[in-house]
Amino acid sequence: MENLISIAVRSIFVDNMIFAYFLGMCSYLAVSKKVKTAIGLGAAVIFVLGITIPLNWLVYNYFLKAGAMSWTGIEALASVDLSFIGLIIYISVIAAFVQLTEMAVEKLSPALYAALGIFLPLIAVNCSILGGALFMIGRPYNLAEATTFGIGSGIGWFLAVVALAAIREKMKYSDVPAPLRGLGITFIIVGLMSFGFLSFMGFSI
Amino acid sequence: MSTAVEEKKSAPAQPFIGKKERQLLSDPLDSNNPITVQVLGICSALAVTVQMKPAFFMTLGVIFVTMMSNLIISMMRNIIPGRVRIIVQLAVVSTFVILVDQVLKAYAYDVSKELSVFVGLIVTNCIVMGRLEAFAMGNKPFPSLLDGIGNGLGYGAILMVVAFIREILGSGSVFGFKVFDAIGINYIGNGVMVIPAGASIAIGLVIWAQRARNGMVESD
Repeated sequence: MENLISIAVRSIFVDNMIFAYFLGMCSYLAVSKKVKTAIGLGAAVIFVLGITIPLNWLVYNYFLKAGAMSWTGIEALASVDLSFIGLIIYISVIAAFVQLTEMAVEKLSPALYAALGIFLPLIAVNCSILGGALFMIGRPYNLAEATTFGIGSGIGWFLAVVALAAIREKMKYSDVPAPLRGLGITFIIVGLMSFGFLSFMGFSI
Repeated sequence: MSTAVEEKKSAPAQPFIGKKERQLLSDPLDSNNPITVQVLGICSALAVTVQMKPAFFMTLGVIFVTMMSNLIISMMRNIIPGRVRIIVQLAVVSTFVILVDQVLKAYAYDVSKELSVFVGLIVTNCIVMGRLEAFAMGNKPFPSLLDGIGNGLGYGAILMVVAFIREILGSGSVFGFKVFDAIGINYIGNGVMVIPAGASIAIGLVIWAQRARNGMVESD
């Protein structure tokens, strides 16, 4: 349990997807103009990361890893190592899951669909989702740890995008030099926020 | 994702590399740069620019992937059903990314280690998807190929500039060559440029410089 809390804290604050790895920057910059949309996309990211990371963990550990298919009992499959096609499999799992969720949400909860709907397709190509899967593969997590890592990374992303959106809303009242307006100043703000998150470095439970 | 959609139906009977084709190559370098103007492919631009060597290999990888997937998707554009096009595009793109990944692992293992997940993340690099959606789906194979090369180069140009600033200020070297030591100046590396925050600030300043030069101003 302590281990899980430590992973959660690490993935939310210390190894924050945005401020430590710069993953998911495209949509991060594109939707951080208003707090309301930022909350919508942030929630969708938490949801998708929290589900696809355990899914990809299962796929990796039961199909792709060297010797992963020994559970089938077929000798010819026991020695197969499919990890080199990992990328295409992970992205297919993510894209398929996002598509399925979109359809399910549309049918089951129109209210939620109205709130999240437009963001879901965006998420299939959000690098933080695939990046999370790749980080998870590179670390010796078990299923519970992988799930915690997924949800934690999502929460970290959520915090980052909502914080930036709040700052950018206030930025409207500031006198920024013309060529720096928009993208330029946003990058510098992200840099400064990243400094803030550096203070969590070395922080552990 | 703000993609400038440029729909051009290529006029009949043109020289092999005409004015239009040259524009396809040169526009993304400056006025329609994928990173600083279209805001695509930021993640990797910030993450792999600590030193110039990995940035250079990353550039080569991205140019190859944008070029080839633009070409293939443009060739298939009329037979891809609209509803599943994202999956088709992802499948094509990840095939080329796996190629790049395996080649790097075989011939430049240390670089591949340094780039870690970021080679794999070319799959979701928004430049690739953005160009496929905005250009390759509506244009002939040859212009799409050029568009892919142009955008790859534009991405690479910004990547190399940022990597140069970060490496020379952060560790006083260029491509791993200690410049300051060679001319006899004792330079102490600026730690800010090495951490991720430095990347963001450096790229902000590059955007500032570029926009101050070509006079582009964002309205909001």
